[in-house]
Amino acid sequence: MAKSAEGKSTILKAGAKAPHFTLHTTPDQSVSLKDFVGRPVVLAFYPADWSPVCSDQMGLYAQLMPEFKKFEAEILGVSVDGIWSHLAFSKDRKLNFPLLADFEPKGAVSRLYGVYEDRTGESARALFVIDKKGVIRWSYLSPDGVNPGADGILSALEGLD
Amino acid sequence: MSGSYRAPRLTLAVGDRDHSQGAPDAPLVLVEYGDYQCPYCGAAYPQVKRVQKELGTSLRFIFRNFPITNAHPQAEWAAETAEAAAAQGRFWEVHDFLFENQRFLGNPSYFSAYESKIKLDARKITEEIERHSFLPRIKEDFESGVRSGVNGTPTFFINGTRYDGAPEAAPIVAALKRAGKGSRESGER
Repeated sequence: MAKSAEGKSTILKAGAKAPHFTLHTTPDQSVSLKDFVGRPVVLAFYPADWSPVCSDQMGLYAQLMPEFKKFEAEILGVSVDGIWSHLAFSKDRKLNFPLLADFEPKGAVSRLYGVYEDRTGESARALFVIDKKGVIRWSYLSPDGVNPGADGILSALEGLD
Repeated sequence: MSGSYRAPRLTLAVGDRDHSQGAPDAPLVLVEYGDYQCPYCGAAYPQVKRVQKELGTSLRFIFRNFPITNAHPQAEWAAETAEAAAAQGRFWEVHDFLFENQRFLGNPSYFSAYESKIKLDARKITEEIERHSFLPRIKEDFESGVRSGVNGTPTFFINGTRYDGAPEAAPIVAALKRAGKGSRESGER
C-alpha cells in the first residue's frame, strides 16, 4: 500500500502500473483487471452504495455509458460494500456496469491504489483511467463530500493513444 | 492528488441560447443544471425562487437541462415540454409548472390542459415532443454539463464556477454575494 511520510495513504499517480486485482461482482462471478487487457478501464472508487442523492456519481456514469463506449472503455465501480448490497443498489439505480465488492479482506484493493480512508473505513471517491497496457494514465482523488463527475474521465480517455 | 482544490468551471458560456431570468448584464449569474423529475431539483425549485427574490435585479438565473433518463423515465419528456413551450416564448411558466406538479409527470394530458389554459398551442407542443424537435438542444445542455463537472442534479454554477454547497437559499445567496465581492475586487465582471 502506498503511504506518505505521515502514514496517510497516497493515491497512485499517472505512470504507475495498475495493481492487479480480482473482486467479486456477484456471488458466483468475479472480475479481474487482466480481463480487460487491450481496452481502457475506468476504475471509480466510491465510499458506499445508497448515498442519499439521486442521480449520483454511479447513476451519472450509467447515463454516460455511450460516451465511454466510444473509447471502448470499461467502467468498474468499487466500494467496500458486499455483493448483495451492490446487486440491490445496481438494480435500484439501473446501473449498466459492474460494481466490485472490495469486501474481504476489507478495502484491500482500495489500499493498493492508495485510496482507502482509515477514518471512515470506506474507499475515497477516486478515479483512475488505465490504458490498454494496464498503466495508470490519470488519477484523481476527490475532496471530501465532492462528487467528481465525469469531465476528467472523458478528457483522460481522449488523451489515450 | 493534494494541494488546493479548484472547483470545475462552465465550459459552455452563458449566452443567447440560454433560458434566462433577470438582466443580461446582472453582476451575479446563477446557472442550474436540472432534471424535472428529480425530487432534489423539485426541492431546490422554491429555494431558487427565494434566491431570486432576495437578490432582485443583481441576479441573472439560467436553467439548463440535465435529464438523467435511466433513473427518471419522464425527465426527457418534461424537458422537451419546457423547450417546446420556449419555442412559443413561454419557457418559464411551463418550467415552473413542471416543478410544481412533478407528481403528475407521466400524465401528459394534465400538462396539455395547462398549456391550453395559458393559451399555448398544446397540440403543437405534443407534435414537437413526438418528433423530438428539441432533443438535440437538450443533449447539448446535457453534454455541456458533463464537460463542466455536473455530477448529479441539481448542480449550480455561480459566475461560472461550480457551487458545491447545499442546494438551499441561504448558502446560495451567501456564495453569490461572495462571488460578487470577489469579482469587484479583482476588477472583472
